Amino acid sequence: MSVVFWQILIDGFAISSLYALGATGFALIFGVSGVLNLSHGALMVVAVVAAWAAGNDLHAGPYTGAVLGVGIGLAASLLTYFVVVRPLQQTRKIREEEKEIFILTATLLWGIMIQELIAYLYTNNAKTVAPIVEGVVSIAGVRTPSNEIFTAIMCWLVIALLWLLVNRTRAGKAVLAASMNPRGVTLLGIELSQIYIAVWAIYGLLVGVAGVLLGMFLGVSSYSVGPLTASAFSIVVLGGLGSVSGALIAAYVIGYLETVTAYLISPAYRTIPALLLLVAVMYVRPRGLLGRR
Amino acid sequence: MSELDKRSAFAALGASAAVLALALATPAYAQSKDPIKIGVIAEAQSVAGSSIPQAAQLAADEINAAGGVNGRKIEIVSYDDHSTAPEAVRAFQRAVNEDHVNAVIASYISEVVLALEPWTGRLKTVMVTPGAASDVITENIAKDYNNLKYTFHGYSTSTSIADATCDAAKDLLVNSLHMKSAVVMSEDAAWTTPLDAEYIKCLPNIGIKVVDHIRVSPDTTDFTPIFNKIEGEKPDVMITGISHVGVQPTVQWKQQEVPIPMFGVSSQATNSSFWQDTNGAVEGVLYQSFAGPGVAVTPKTLPFVAGFNKRFGNNPSYCGYTSYDEVYYIADAIKRAGSTDPDKLVDALEKTDYVGTIGRVEFKGRDTPNPHALKIGSDTITGLMLQWQNGKQVNLWPEKVANGKLKFPSFIKIGSTN
Repeated sequence: MSVVFWQILIDGFAISSLYALGATGFALIFGVSGVLNLSHGALMVVAVVAAWAAGNDLHAGPYTGAVLGVGIGLAASLLTYFVVVRPLQQTRKIREEEKEIFILTATLLWGIMIQELIAYLYTNNAKTVAPIVEGVVSIAGVRTPSNEIFTAIMCWLVIALLWLLVNRTRAGKAVLAASMNPRGVTLLGIELSQIYIAVWAIYGLLVGVAGVLLGMFLGVSSYSVGPLTASAFSIVVLGGLGSVSGALIAAYVIGYLETVTAYLISPAYRTIPALLLLVAVMYVRPRGLLGRR
Repeated sequence: MSELDKRSAFAALGASAAVLALALATPAYAQSKDPIKIGVIAEAQSVAGSSIPQAAQLAADEINAAGGVNGRKIEIVSYDDHSTAPEAVRAFQRAVNEDHVNAVIASYISEVVLALEPWTGRLKTVMVTPGAASDVITENIAKDYNNLKYTFHGYSTSTSIADATCDAAKDLLVNSLHMKSAVVMSEDAAWTTPLDAEYIKCLPNIGIKVVDHIRVSPDTTDFTPIFNKIEGEKPDVMITGISHVGVQPTVQWKQQEVPIPMFGVSSQATNSSFWQDTNGAVEGVLYQSFAGPGVAVTPKTLPFVAGFNKRFGNNPSYCGYTSYDEVYYIADAIKRAGSTDPDKLVDALEKTDYVGTIGRVEFKGRDTPNPHALKIGSDTITGLMLQWQNGKQVNLWPEKVANGKLKFPSFIKIGSTN
């Protein structure tokens, strides 16, 4: 096997795992509450900048920085829900069928506001989070940063925890039920708004972890807000809107497609084949790989 | 009309003429006491660009504290262009038409300066750039001097930067480390087109073979495939041309322990905050600059850095030095011209001979291929080659102002790739 093959296999796996983690939360929110959160990229960048600032301004170590980044990601997610999404969901001034588009626009604007605020406070230069593990190891002759392996392991650990939470706990089962039939859940006496808060909290943790890992692995700037939202959006559409397992598969399809393009054609064209694939999916199978609606 | 009516009509006319004369005279009188306004259009949200208005303000305050220019104070009017040409053009129009500035200091992005250049002619307003590098800026002046003579290039052209990098590479890489091959890695932007062309010309002249030339998209986030490709080509060194990207390639270079040194232009590495921005990954990176902390290029350099640091809490970026100098030599030119008339100001600026923080500032003449470009050379501006070592920017070249020795992190393998 050539070195390039192994490079693609290893690098593609790490980046795909990150995409999977980022998109899982995005898919979960849509599945349960029908919200397409276009401030997704902004929330990830918030977590990175918080972890970075903890290291630089507060001189926190990598662990404290990472925990703080995840915490701020969680807080930003809940803030998004309470300030932007919930008032629109509950208002009587907007007709029910128009609410989706209002929430879509509101989260998009919210994301732009966060992006500008970050650029204003911390400049638009890229930020990276101090890695928890350093050094390199050799896998099949490819010098691989230990951090890359750490990233992939952490992503799968968090995804596994999420799976356990959803399938093995009562609260998780309520969330799952809500994604299948919101009315049915309310009939069972479960407060739907409680489920929404729980989902946004889970989403916040996922976004925080994905953001901090991305910050350690590649780094982000305020410019990354749009591309990060777009990549999560593409993955979720390809996987099937609302389907978490569809998003996981799609993350690997897109991650590897991008990596193969970057290695074999040019890094400059990295995202193009993935976008073409997305257009093709729209034509051939608009509900995505595992979409339910 | 009766005689009386006629008389009162004349009186009224006389009175209104007097009022009119007074009204006309007032602004003329006020103008001599009004401040000289310098518009500063910059990328206030980027680390490099944020130094531009700060350094300009520092210079203006110093000049004002010393009595101003012919009794007139200097006022800095700042605009944020958000790193885009359309916003910069709107800011330029507003600066000239509404805020009535007398000159403009603008941007470190070549694309932005190239977009502003025609407007300097249309609105007949002097513009000096503290940080853009593309040679095309001054090549345009050569083609259409009468119209574009209001543009001045207050920073080195890309070609001169490449030459300065080659000069340093000859001493540091060829003579002492016997390097023979390089890959040129630059971001895809207007300023790197002439830079790369000159790299590819000057590197073979010093004995370094260019084995590949890679242009990186400025929105690249994952540099792994690029570094892997370069490593496969086994060069002794990577010659860089990066400015819009910086943190990500540097951090990933360290994280992947790419065993090849980075040497060349890395604009973000000129910022003192770059160590923190990269969590120390910049250790060992070599970068070209025209000034650096602790390097007394001229007697004015260190006092400027100290003053800037005291006021803003960090060291100036590369375009902070030039922006600071620009306010001084614009003020000097207005003094010599005895006027803020744009044509007289252009004539005076063309005769600039001013020792600033990065060397002696003189502009190339209108009969050269690059009119209004800075003269580069041992008697004007030479440039430096610095390296990040243990959180500090250490100057290695030229030897007479060097304050450290070349040293690399342990993952760099000198000569191992041969």
